[in-house]
Amino acid sequence: MTEKVYARNVEALKSGTVIDHIPAGQGLRILRLFQLAEYRERVTVGLNLPSGHMGSKDLIKVENVVLSEEQANELALFAPRGTVSVIEDFAVVRKQKLAIPDTVEGIFACPNSNCVSHVEPVQSHFSVRVTEHDTKMKCKYCEKVFSKDIVVDVR
Amino acid sequence: MPNPLYRKHIISIPDFTREELELVVQTAAQLKAAPRSDLLKDRLLATCFFEPSTRTRLSFETAVQRLGGNVIGFADGANTSAKKGETLADTVRIISSYTDAIIMRHPKEGAARVASEFSTVPIINGGDGANQHPSQTLLDLFTLQETQGRLDNLTVAFVGDLKYGRTVHSLAQALSLFGARFYFVGPEALAMPDYLCEELDERGISYSIAATIEEVIPHIDILYMTRVQRERFDEAEYKKIQGQFVLRADMLRSARPNMKILHPLPRVDEITTDVDATPHAYYFEQAKNGVYARQALLSLVLNETV
Ligand SMILES: [Zn+2]
Repeated sequence: MTEKVYARNVEALKSGTVIDHIPAGQGLRILRLFQLAEYRERVTVGLNLPSGHMGSKDLIKVENVVLSEEQANELALFAPRGTVSVIEDFAVVRKQKLAIPDTVEGIFACPNSNCVSHVEPVQSHFSVRVTEHDTKMKCKYCEKVFSKDIVVDVR
Repeated sequence: MPNPLYRKHIISIPDFTREELELVVQTAAQLKAAPRSDLLKDRLLATCFFEPSTRTRLSFETAVQRLGGNVIGFADGANTSAKKGETLADTVRIISSYTDAIIMRHPKEGAARVASEFSTVPIINGGDGANQHPSQTLLDLFTLQETQGRLDNLTVAFVGDLKYGRTVHSLAQALSLFGARFYFVGPEALAMPDYLCEELDERGISYSIAATIEEVIPHIDILYMTRVQRERFDEAEYKKIQGQFVLRADMLRSARPNMKILHPLPRVDEITTDVDATPHAYYFEQAKNGVYARQALLSLVLNETV
């Protein structure tokens, strides 16, 4: 039934990827950090769409682009309950699993301004640990531990 | 089989296993009891201090030369190529082609880890910003072993700046591999960081926060003092806590006979000079142990067997 709601809100997609169940407010950030507009393909974004169990949600459709498994896992940091559907010929052919990754490379900048990773030819690198109350990210270089939301907010 | 530290980078205390820490401590004790002048014979090491630290540099250079090795390097990053905009990565690539190991200190956190990714020879971290200073922790462990005869299940009170004090953090992390009981004594604004307390929780280490030095003295094996820096507070706040975390000789009456006082030095006024003459003062011997701990570390990194 919810599928029908999307159809009314956002144009149907012939082939590509639908990222759904993004917490409302995270859609634009995901668009930016994953550089989804850089593919020069058609991108449709829905913000604050009604959602049965989430209240409201964001949604992104990208034509002719399929996320790598790594990207899908990194997405899990923003949208723990997100779903990624691969579309071919207007039909869902595959759902990509989102699992919080053990490490994240290159996407986020280290929140520590004195961290050497900002000035040397290295990629940022965090190890991720899910605790009872929070997801923690530890920078491989400065070894500082941050709450996921702090790392995700930088940049 | 080569020793487990042979040709390894020495970057951070959490990289060490319990056995590796014990190996360094045992080797330091051997070298203190029976000095060797051949373990770094024909070796050339670089001391690259992108930020000055006379104490650490001299301790490392003493260690190298006592073992028969040679040193090149610089004492201050102000005149190096780094100032001209060269990356650390490039600097390290070049220097590692000249020498057998690089001892480095750098103002940015993570610098030693980056260096290890570009160096063809072992990197020894002599301090990276506020992050790590592993040779300090190794000398602290050696001093604990020397004064207490063991590393297991020691009761240690850390006093002063527990928030920014990297020596405190690293020693607490290292001792958590050996079982320990900690007391934390310091101003509320400089309390132990949450992530470290969580690490201790995960390892089942018990700790408590105490308001005064006096109340913990009868219960501890080691009193680890650090300086509360005035710059961390505004004037009014500092007045309130000033004098609260100062150790005087008259406070030591209830101490156990084996209790020793350590301090990473330099001391300013947090340990009054009348403590120096008590049998509990051990901070100057601790500083001297720095040379043996560094000798042990360098010997193990540069020799298959010691
Ligand atoms: Zn960092």
